[in-house]
Amino acid sequence: MTLRHAPEYLVTLPEVTGAGSISAWGLLRLRQQLELGLPLTPRPYQTLAERTGLSEQEVMTAIRQWQDQGLIKRFGLVVRHRTLGYTANAMVVWDIPDDQVHKLGRALASAPFVTLCYQRPRRLPNWPYNLFCMIHGVDRERVMSQLATLIAEQELEQIPHAVLFSTKAYRQRGGRYVSHD
Amino acid sequence: MRLDTTDKQLINLFQRELPVCERPYEAMSRQLGIAEEEVLERLQLLQDSQVLSRVGPVFEHSRAGASLLAAVAAPDEQLDIVAARVNRAPGVNHNYAREHTYNLWFVMTAPDEDTLEERLDELEHQLRLPMLRLPMVEAHHIDLGFDIDWEALP
Repeated sequence: MTLRHAPEYLVTLPEVTGAGSISAWGLLRLRQQLELGLPLTPRPYQTLAERTGLSEQEVMTAIRQWQDQGLIKRFGLVVRHRTLGYTANAMVVWDIPDDQVHKLGRALASAPFVTLCYQRPRRLPNWPYNLFCMIHGVDRERVMSQLATLIAEQELEQIPHAVLFSTKAYRQRGGRYVSHD
Repeated sequence: MRLDTTDKQLINLFQRELPVCERPYEAMSRQLGIAEEEVLERLQLLQDSQVLSRVGPVFEHSRAGASLLAAVAAPDEQLDIVAARVNRAPGVNHNYAREHTYNLWFVMTAPDEDTLEERLDELEHQLRLPMLRLPMVEAHHIDLGFDIDWEALP
């Protein structure tokens, strides 16, 4: 999709195919609206259609295609774990030899209590760690025992790591890439 | 807020996928054996009480725009002030205090890489603190839709 005078980020908006062509501006507005969540109305896709100038069918087509394309990786209820009582949130960071980081990253990601697992660059000398996992837990003791299990199972005793528990959430919300703050 | 069995079921069943059809809440209500209005009421209540942050899509970061995890080492007594400054910067969607010399961790998002870079430069300048910038190299697991362990919760 190319639009004259369009902001640059429109270029990255995936093409949506359907009966006839769907308005690119409408799709951008749909992206903005969706970042705020699905409206709680009996016909939410119709509500989105009214807000974006698309038809209800077009809205549903776009959402299905974005799911297939992977732009939307999950379309569901987004839980605030902290409110539920998952108050212990540890970011565990590891300094893994480069030739093992991919393999160990996959292994750590498969543990059921590891909720995120990313590889990131080191920033020497201050930051030697290249793999990040997040463990969301109900309390500190439980998280530490889950971590001990992980270390034993994956034989990580020799790998330097640090555990960064979060002590306060100043902000936690979905990404707003195209909508305004 | 105390969640009842139906709330828990609602969360268990619909964290990963919502129906895309004309009346999705009606489709959900049939699976739960309750009325459509009740689904809407419950979702509104769960949202109002901060159990749910929203009903809807989680976009793939790498395809949805640019984002970056950053950290600063703030003097302990200034942590709240620095955090508030970070929150005022455009595009910040996560911001946590953590136990480490780097004690403030946040994620900044932007429509594209150039804008992201500008926002980070501007913020770093304002904070007068060196910023650790940690872009994602590879994601092994990025979905937060894990099964809630209701039994373990307080």
